[in-house]
Order: sequence, then structure tokens, then C-alpha cells
Amino acid sequence: MSGFSVTQPSNRQKWIAGLLVITYAVVTLMPLLWIIATGFKSPEDAISYPPKIVFEPSLEGYVNLFSSRTRITPGMEETLQPPETWYDQVARDAGTIIVGPSRYGQRFLNSVIIGFGSTFLAIVFGTTAAYAFSRFKIPIKDDLLFFILSTRMMPPIAVAIPIFLMFRQLGLNDTQLGMILLYTAVNLSLSVWLLKGFIDEIPFEYEEAALIDGYTRFQAFYKVVLPQAATGIASTAIFCLIFAWNEYAFAVLLTSGTAQTAPPFIPTIIGVGGQDWPAVAAGATLFLMPVMLFTILLRKHLLRGITFGAVRK
Amino acid sequence: MSGNPIDRIATATPAVMAKRVRGLSDRAIAWLFVGPSIVLLLAVNIFPLIWTINLSFTNFRANRLRDAEYIGLRNYERILTDTDTWQSMQATANFLFWTIFFQVLIGFALAYLINKKFKGNDLWTTIIVLPMMLSPAVVGNFWTFLYQPQIGLFNYVVEFFTGIDSSSFSMIGDVSLAPWSIVIVDTWMWTPFVMLICLAGLRSIPDSIYEAAECDRASKWRQFWTLTVPMVLPFLMLAVLFRGIENFKMFDLVVQLTGGGPGSITTLTSIDLKREAFEKWRTGYASAYAVILFVTVFGLASIYVKALNKVKER
Repeated sequence: MSGFSVTQPSNRQKWIAGLLVITYAVVTLMPLLWIIATGFKSPEDAISYPPKIVFEPSLEGYVNLFSSRTRITPGMEETLQPPETWYDQVARDAGTIIVGPSRYGQRFLNSVIIGFGSTFLAIVFGTTAAYAFSRFKIPIKDDLLFFILSTRMMPPIAVAIPIFLMFRQLGLNDTQLGMILLYTAVNLSLSVWLLKGFIDEIPFEYEEAALIDGYTRFQAFYKVVLPQAATGIASTAIFCLIFAWNEYAFAVLLTSGTAQTAPPFIPTIIGVGGQDWPAVAAGATLFLMPVMLFTILLRKHLLRGITFGAVRK
Repeated sequence: MSGNPIDRIATATPAVMAKRVRGLSDRAIAWLFVGPSIVLLLAVNIFPLIWTINLSFTNFRANRLRDAEYIGLRNYERILTDTDTWQSMQATANFLFWTIFFQVLIGFALAYLINKKFKGNDLWTTIIVLPMMLSPAVVGNFWTFLYQPQIGLFNYVVEFFTGIDSSSFSMIGDVSLAPWSIVIVDTWMWTPFVMLICLAGLRSIPDSIYEAAECDRASKWRQFWTLTVPMVLPFLMLAVLFRGIENFKMFDLVVQLTGGGPGSITTLTSIDLKREAFEKWRTGYASAYAVILFVTVFGLASIYVKALNKVKER
């Protein structure tokens, strides 16, 4: 029998707490599981009543996601070649033929380029600024820090009006560069605040030792401070990446074609008579999966980061 | 020669220090390090803000070539006397109140339960956190599928548990239900955020306080209300501040879910603003609207932070 403690919850309490939390977690997970499942349903199964939990998996959603198709009309059948690949076969079984790729791949690629590009810049500028704020006496430091944070209070639509006009003047509308710069600026406030917290925790003595050993200030920064802050930088980078990955308001207003990212695109995937739900779900699954995996695999660092950033300010 | 300070340093400092002097000075590095961030934020945040304020006094329309005229405070006057504006403010206030209410209630309860440290609690915490990490637009769009009458999973679950016919109601089509449809999804997405902050608060309470209370024979109920709640309150208030600011800006999720409808029942201020700015192209009017929203959120947040600091001091 274990020792009695007044502050440790009893086993019975743990059981009840665990049961309640797991119940909530399962309920909260349902919509996400439903997205994944719908991606593998045939259009008929997707809209059946009652909703099907057990169904025959189909790749039609994924084929529809990546292709544009045309319906086979009567009389057309004789002229058609037999399907060459498995996806041709899937499309043929649904009474359509593939006429080309869809734009999903390109939209996804835009999300990757803009996400990683803006994260890289936000981290480079954010780390250096955070280091300076942490280590140097900077005039009006507190005001600057508050100003950096306050830029996050603005509704994106309010900011989008002048940005739209400015980008139009500079020819940055609907370009990857424009979106990268914009997301960098939005992410900077987060990265400066989070990283300043991480760098504040690194004892100054390490750099002092390095300076005495003949390092320049800059060498001390990248040979001593950067390695120490690596974990903090990595988790900040993931937050920046997730923001840029998920962002919708700026993307829908400032991009329409070449630089459009996946979030404004996925809801526009339509089939016959409304949204093609298996294709939408397939697109959503591919788009959400990296973030879900990141979150589960890196949970120790991420969970700390969320509260860290919040509790510090 | 000895009068020249630079020469004196160069000769008087040992080799190690001389090397340091030869590198960039701390001052130069400080500006080099902070500079790019400040320039970028000025270009993408402050310059646009000033431009917006300037535009708000004009009748500029971004889709016409005609030059803008200054019309003084007319835009502000029109916005503040427009019933649509007040309707969207009202919708936003309701949305804010109910999302924060449910998120605080459920978030705190979950944090309290997770803090019982049952086996595997960190994995389940992560699963609960998943929704808040995902794209609101993509997830919001899929929720319209879950909300479909008859075939939607949400409606089916409601039918399963209550017996209400799943084809008899439409969460996003009925005027009385649509405001709740956005509250439900927002609560689903963001309760984990409040939960995580509460958890940080609960974990910051030292065990010794409870031990002392136990010695004083305080009941568990009393311990909860006189120790746990006051200790977590600053954290909770912080969570409310963050959720308040975020939901005041709310756009993506609601646009995808209801698009502001039916009618204008879920037209939050951001959606109203988007229509004015990018559908009706009343750029000057929309700029004034943006300024009003910014002043509102900034003002409310400042008052709130003052209150928060008072609670912290206690």
C-alpha cells in the first residue's frame, strides 16, 4: 500500500479524472477522424444516411483532388483507350476521364514556399532582435517591445486595406515574395517575444567567458548563444510555420492565382452540385496531417511554447 | 600622441581586448540586430496604419482612378450612426461572451482534471490540443459538412442522443441556431488554449500551500475556492485577454462556416469590414471602420490589462 499524501490525488480520483479527460479527447477528435475517413469514401458513402462508419475505402476523393476531369458522354465510350494507370481506372469507374492535373499541387507548393520562407526570415530577424533586446541597453526598449506586440492586436482585415494598396503600387499583389514579407512581419512579433524569453534564460556568463577568450560579440552570439537557444528557436520556428501554414484572411484577400496558398483553395474544390466532399476532405487531410504529426511528435516543446509565450507577456 | 584616445586604447589594451574593439561595437551590433525587425514592422504595420488613418478622412475607392477628396469626419459619423455597424458589434459581443464563457468553463475543468496527473495525461492533452493547431478556414469549411441536415455527423449525433430528427434543423441555416454554430466550433478549437494556460497556473501552485491548508483543517471545497481559484485567476484572466483579442479579430472560421449569414445574424465586425473594403470597395469608409475597431480593441485591452495587474498585485 502506498503512503498517504494530502496533496497527491487518490487512485480513484485519478481514474475519474482520466476517464473524463479521455471522453472529452475522443469527442474532440471525432471531427478530425471524420475528415480523414471522408477522404477515403466514395461520394455516395460520404453523403449516406445514417453516416457510415464502416465503408469500402475508395481513392476517388484523392484522384478528384489532384485531377480535373470531364464526364464521359454516351457515344464517347467507343473512342476511348483503355485506362493506363490506376488513377485513370478510378476516374473511369466513376464515369469520368482525367484531362489534366488540378491546381491543388501548386497551391500546396505555394503554402510550403511561403510558409518556410517567412518562417526562416522571422527566425533570423527575430533571433537577432531578441538577442539585442535581451542583452543590450536599448533606448525606449519597453516601448519598442510593446509596439512589437501591439501589432498583433490589429484585425487582419483592417491591416489588409493599406497592404493591398501598397502591394498594388509595388507590384507585390499575388506574389510569393509579397506573402513571405507579410507573414514575416506578422510572425516577427511572436518570434521576438518567444525568443527573448528563451535567450533571457541563458546565463550571461557563457558569453562573457567567450568574450574574454577573444571572441567578438558576433562570434559569441553565434557560437555560444545560438547553440544554447536551439530548442527555443526550433519551437518558435514551428509556431511561425503553423501560423503561416494556417493563415487565411490575408491569403484570400491578397492572392487569387499564382501565389494562392492551400487554405483559400481547399474550400473552393467543387464537384457536381456543390462541394466535392471526399476531395475536400482528401485535400484537408493532406494539408492538416503535417501539423497534427508535428504536434504529437514534438508535444513536449510545443505545449511549453504555447503557455510560455502567453504567460510571459 | 598620447592625447589621441584611440591610439591610447590601441596601445594600452592587451591583445584580447584589442580584438574585441576591432569587432563591431555593442552599440552597432544592437542596431544591426534590431534594425531589420523595426524596419519591417514599420513598413508592414506602422506605415499602413498611418495610411489607414489618412484614408479614413477621405471618400477614396480603391477600384476607381478618381482622386480622393477629404471629407473630414463624415465616414466616422456614418459608421457610428449606421444600424448595421451596431448589429455587427452586437453579434461580435455575443460571440465573444459565449465563446469565452464556455472556453473558460471547459478549459479550466479539463486543466483541473489533467492536473490530477493520471497515467498518460500528456498524450491525451496533446490530442485535445490538436484542433487549435489546425487551419481555421479549412476546418471551418469541413464543419459545414458536419452541420448538414440529415447527412451531417453533428446532426446525426444530436438525433442519436435526443431523438430530434436530424433533417429538421440546420445549424448554419436557421437564424436562431447559426450564432451557436460558430460558438460551438470556436469552443471546440480554442478550449485547449485556455486549458493549457490554466494548467500552467495550476502547476505553479506549490504543494506546500495545500499541506498548510490541510493542517488548518480546511475542507477540500474551501481549499478550492480560497486557494486554487485565486492562484489560477491571473492565468485565467490572461487566457481571457488572449481569446478576447483573437476573437475580436475573428474572420476565417466564421467566413467559412456561415459567411456571416443567414441574413446578417453572424456578421461579425471583421466580416462587415471585409464587405465594405473588398466587396463594396468603400475604401475610405472601411478605413474609418478599421480605425474604430483598432481603437476599441486597444482601449478595451488596456483597461483589461490594468485590471489584470491589480489582480496580480493582490
